[in-house]
Amino acid sequence: MNPTLNLWLIPILPLAGAAINGFLGKKSSRKAVTTIALFFSGAAFAMALWVAASFSSLTLPYHEYVAHWIRSGSFSVDFAFYLDQLSLVMLLVVTGVGFLIHIYSVGYIWEDPSYYRFFSYLNLFMFFMLTLVLANNYLVMFIGWEGVGLASYLLIGFWFTKDSAASAGKKAFIVNRIGDFGFLIALFLLIKHFGSLNFDQVFQSVTPLGAETAGAGLLTAIGILLMVGACGKSAQIPLYIWLPDAMEGPTPVSALIHAATMVTAGVYMVSRSHVIFERAPMALMVVAIIGTLTAFFAATIGVAQTDIKKVLAYSTVSQLGYMFMACGVGAFSAGIFHLMTHAFFKGLLFLAAGSVIHAVGGEQDMRKMGGLRTKIPWTFWSMTAATLAIAGIPGLAGFFSKDEILWRAYQSSWAYWLVGVVTAFITSFYMFRLWFMTFFGEYRGEAGAEHGHGGHDAHGGHGHGGIHESPKVMVIPLVILAVLSVVGGYVGVPGSLGGNNRFDKFLGPVFHGSAPADAQHAAMGEKGATENETEGPEPKSEGSTELMFTGISVLAALLGFGLAWQLYYRNPGLPGKIAASMAGAYQTLVHKYYVDELYGALFVRPLIDGSTRILWQGVDRRIIDAAVNDAGDGARQVSDEVRHMQSGNIRSYAGWIAAGSAVVIGFMIWMWTGAR
Amino acid sequence: MVPLSYYLLLSGFLFACGVAGFLIKRNIIAIFMSIELMLNGVNLSFVAFAAHWHALSGQVFVFFVMVVAAAEAAVGLAIIISVYRTRETLNVDQVNLLKL
Repeated sequence: MNPTLNLWLIPILPLAGAAINGFLGKKSSRKAVTTIALFFSGAAFAMALWVAASFSSLTLPYHEYVAHWIRSGSFSVDFAFYLDQLSLVMLLVVTGVGFLIHIYSVGYIWEDPSYYRFFSYLNLFMFFMLTLVLANNYLVMFIGWEGVGLASYLLIGFWFTKDSAASAGKKAFIVNRIGDFGFLIALFLLIKHFGSLNFDQVFQSVTPLGAETAGAGLLTAIGILLMVGACGKSAQIPLYIWLPDAMEGPTPVSALIHAATMVTAGVYMVSRSHVIFERAPMALMVVAIIGTLTAFFAATIGVAQTDIKKVLAYSTVSQLGYMFMACGVGAFSAGIFHLMTHAFFKGLLFLAAGSVIHAVGGEQDMRKMGGLRTKIPWTFWSMTAATLAIAGIPGLAGFFSKDEILWRAYQSSWAYWLVGVVTAFITSFYMFRLWFMTFFGEYRGEAGAEHGHGGHDAHGGHGHGGIHESPKVMVIPLVILAVLSVVGGYVGVPGSLGGNNRFDKFLGPVFHGSAPADAQHAAMGEKGATENETEGPEPKSEGSTELMFTGISVLAALLGFGLAWQLYYRNPGLPGKIAASMAGAYQTLVHKYYVDELYGALFVRPLIDGSTRILWQGVDRRIIDAAVNDAGDGARQVSDEVRHMQSGNIRSYAGWIAAGSAVVIGFMIWMWTGAR
Repeated sequence: MVPLSYYLLLSGFLFACGVAGFLIKRNIIAIFMSIELMLNGVNLSFVAFAAHWHALSGQVFVFFVMVVAAAEAAVGLAIIISVYRTRETLNVDQVNLLKL
């Protein structure tokens, strides 16, 4: 029997913080707001740690029933929580990284007049995200899913007086709605065919179905629709366009929501639904292809961006693509592994970028940075750790997780692997490009001793001049995340490198042993390798092949570094010449393949035109308005005529009475004669 | 025996005369008389039907009508006299203070 964990406290704590700060924060001092925000998010983290500590004594999955919600016939949905290895990983990532970013935000947002509002939203986000990862059915998950969307909208548009921020918030929300539409339909299909939204019940009913049985089409449909939802939330092709714009939000928000946690909700959801996906090879293929394409295209866009946060945004999209690639080839635990390491190093990259922006007084354009290495050493060194980690330099977190994904992708199809390796090369290139442009060479900005605060990231005006290191409260989270980015990968060292892939084994009970018998060769071709790993030493030849592939991806990372070094350190003039000589390709990349323009022409413009010309000018003004106005005008015109009858002259009334009765009598006589 | 239709035609004729007089005449007294004519036209049809169907209720109605008409004549003439005293005319078109 399981002890009572009171899991419900974990999401409720940040909610309490959000409520207190939201309602009372305006009148409270900054200190009080800080205390409340940090206390409640920290308490959630502490509880998550406590849950992790008592994890080994639990019978999994652990269920916790809180209250019933919908009861209709045999269909029921409860407010209930679910804990297994997968949710524990997510729980720790969300609360841990979330708490660190809360600490960082104290320094970052300190001078903003809406200080309390920021923390209220941030805590609200934590509440919804924790609801999402702890839900025991799809509907409660959906509450969290929509809630994080709301929090994301509120925080992207945090500086809502700025037009671009307000529109970016709306864009994120609307694009997410498209994905949510797919998610909702998937839920309806689940209700219709399985009569439940409970993870346990749904997966139990799905388990006997196989790829070749009658339910395959249905499962494929559900899988693809779930993936549509994931595409919206996790910014995959074709719905990734909102994430780069979301960089309008404060940088800690970009780190927490748009890099470390919320955008990975799609990966979590797909992994959570792995029982469905494993039985729908086609849906899995869609996931893999979308992930691979997104990884590649987003990375190429990242190469040409000059805004430091935009580079990181496209990098995030690209890394999420890797995670979906992993899910798509059935390597869910590799995807979650990358999710975790990515949360560390990408959260760190954003926080460090925020620190850089802070240092140069709100400037986000990398062309106006440079030479910051010695001026902000803490930021520089933590950013270096994160850059090395994301580039896949051996020994750091990103190396292990990315390598795991690439190896598993290769076992499924060499095409995924090839695109993945090329993407790894591009990733390494643009990350070191960012690194060199920001920290090396000469300082190119004008913000010297007296820097103006007209920059993009208009976080108040801190009155002291000069390029300066951020306060301790911002630096400490950077250092902690840097340490995690360095060592985070050692929980999953693969067998070929002398480790035993503990992370994969830890998640084993969630993901393994559930694959359908007939789909083993189709979707889980690599599952045999995993089983070998868990059962005993794998065949020698496979281990050396894996080592070779590891070598290739390391080579790709080093090549990327070398190229960036050549172009942005040795010959800083060269990139401009290359860009000029390939103007067409370069402009395409700068304009992000014109996807925003394409969507504008395909969907937005026709919608606005249709609404303006047909619905507004046509239907609303010509039909609805016209009907109302004409009814009024008509009534007035008719009554203008008719009121002359009310003359006040008795004899004219008498005449009307006489005429009326004559008509009535005449009609009666006509009827009487006619009836005969 | 005079057939019923004769009475009814006469009654209709008298009533129509009353209506026409009411609509055409301008003098209040003439209008008043036209009203009496309409009432009596109706009275005639009442008694004719009563005689034809041997039903007394028609004749009872006539008495009621005559009583009401007498009362009405008294009130009406009083009003006419008072109108004449204040307006010094009996032309209805000039008694139009209530008109818009």
